[in-house]
Amino acid sequence: MGKFALTKNRIVSLAILVVILVFLALLPTITKGYLVTLVADMMRYAVLTVAWVVFCAPTGYLSLATAAFYGLGFYVAAVFNGPLPFAVVIIIAGVVAFIVALLIGLLTLRLRGVYFTIFTFAVVLLVNNVVLEVERLVTGTRGRFVETETAQTAFYAMLVVLIATLLTAVLIRRSRYGLALQSIGEYEEAAAHSGINVVMTKVLVFATTSVFMGMAGAIIATRRTYIDPGIAFNMTTSFLPVLMAMFGGMGNLVGPVIGAAVFTYIGETLLTRFPDLYMLIFGVVLILAILFMPAGILGLGQQLWRKVKGGRRAPA
Amino acid sequence: MHLLEGKGVTKYFGGLAAVSGVDFYVDKGEILGLIGPNGAGKTTLFNAISAALKPTRGKIFFKGRDITPLPAYRICRLGIARTFQTVKIFPHVPVIRNVMVGALFGTGHRLSAREALKKAEEVLEFVDLTDYKDVPAGDLTLANQKRLEVARALATDPELLLLDELMAGLTPTEVAEASGDIQQLRQRGITIIMIEHVMQAIMSVSDRIIVLDYGKKIAEGTPQEVAANEKVIEVYLGEECDVAS
Repeated sequence: MGKFALTKNRIVSLAILVVILVFLALLPTITKGYLVTLVADMMRYAVLTVAWVVFCAPTGYLSLATAAFYGLGFYVAAVFNGPLPFAVVIIIAGVVAFIVALLIGLLTLRLRGVYFTIFTFAVVLLVNNVVLEVERLVTGTRGRFVETETAQTAFYAMLVVLIATLLTAVLIRRSRYGLALQSIGEYEEAAAHSGINVVMTKVLVFATTSVFMGMAGAIIATRRTYIDPGIAFNMTTSFLPVLMAMFGGMGNLVGPVIGAAVFTYIGETLLTRFPDLYMLIFGVVLILAILFMPAGILGLGQQLWRKVKGGRRAPA
Repeated sequence: MHLLEGKGVTKYFGGLAAVSGVDFYVDKGEILGLIGPNGAGKTTLFNAISAALKPTRGKIFFKGRDITPLPAYRICRLGIARTFQTVKIFPHVPVIRNVMVGALFGTGHRLSAREALKKAEEVLEFVDLTDYKDVPAGDLTLANQKRLEVARALATDPELLLLDELMAGLTPTEVAEASGDIQQLRQRGITIIMIEHVMQAIMSVSDRIIVLDYGKKIAEGTPQEVAANEKVIEVYLGEECDVAS
């Protein structure tokens, strides 16, 4: 905890991180084409996956509420973008997601296991239908137009949110709350009897990570001209981060980022090259990944690396 | 004023009274033994004290303060720590960090990470687990997992420690060691309530013993008094005699 010894490994990782960030920062100045949109999309899923992993991986609480917070971000953008500056809109989306997640957390985080998962699934449907009914009865509309932003603006906004998500994730995992979350996941009762305020820890971390989901939604919404509840609260947004986290590996934060990037790329490629077979191939890839890479891409990489280095066991 | 006092503590599970109108107390520095046949309500009483369960009726006071409505983490921070009948450690977390959980969250005041680490190392030394501090807790033997639970509880700086069948499943040598450890805990100024089925251990260690049967207190007194009590011999020790004859 808090010990920042500058080992060789750490310098190498930091150097790689800096190179990636510089590359990302310069990307929209090099090309204005599809690549910017693709990378922005990868970053969007990296935000959702990392935010999901911070709470769900250590605690073992499998949340499917991601789409609710993400969709609320869509609607915040639809209502406020234009009248208010884009940066303020993103912050409002984060605040709205936080408050809603706080309420949902207080209701659901007393549930455990599959009951929690089903409840979070239902929450997305609930928010979806509430928005739908409000539009039908109060505003008398169906869907809304969104004041758009350029691909570059959305790209940089997403980059900033991604960096904020990763920083928050690192801070939580390294702090005492990281240990608290892990204790809760390992034995919740023992955690409570060791002095951890289990409910408050879970609710606060759940709400904090939801902030980034809402922000990502607000940014992506500005790349569309029209949204409706079906688009905003699409359940796929809840499932993908779970799959991407499994695909990348949840042992640390690099796994989810790589998982999100590779998964997004594979998905896009399949969708454009084989639009008819897209889902079929995707399903097979996913099943193979789960069967043969239980620790994700990162775990597989570590295994191969160990073999290359001559079968020495890595220190535990 | 007693350190801990329970008045008419009652807990129903459906229609069954697991604990029924039990009055008890423990004074500072005492070792109180809690015995009784299986299903007598001993662990339920522990659960009521540590707020794992809310009593159906009755109140529990710690240093004169009514702690009945408080949640488990508050009870821990006030100075009541416990271990579990079936060990509840954090199996994939290294031993030292298991103990640090207690130091970081359970003491009632905020320790820095460094202070918590120091405290954790100190209690690991006390329970003799220093050599295993970086091992995942799930890899320890049962006896060592029980020591780890005690260490985690001690790291919360308890005034009162509830030990639920610490000696069950231990070898005679380990039981002797554990008895010695309990005496040492008392010398540290920690008051102890212990549930135990290992008779010779609880009789030699306890200052006072409460006997429960079917959720009711049927006897209370020094180990000698309890051992001579007719009701106790009938419901508890009597069984042993019948089997022996």
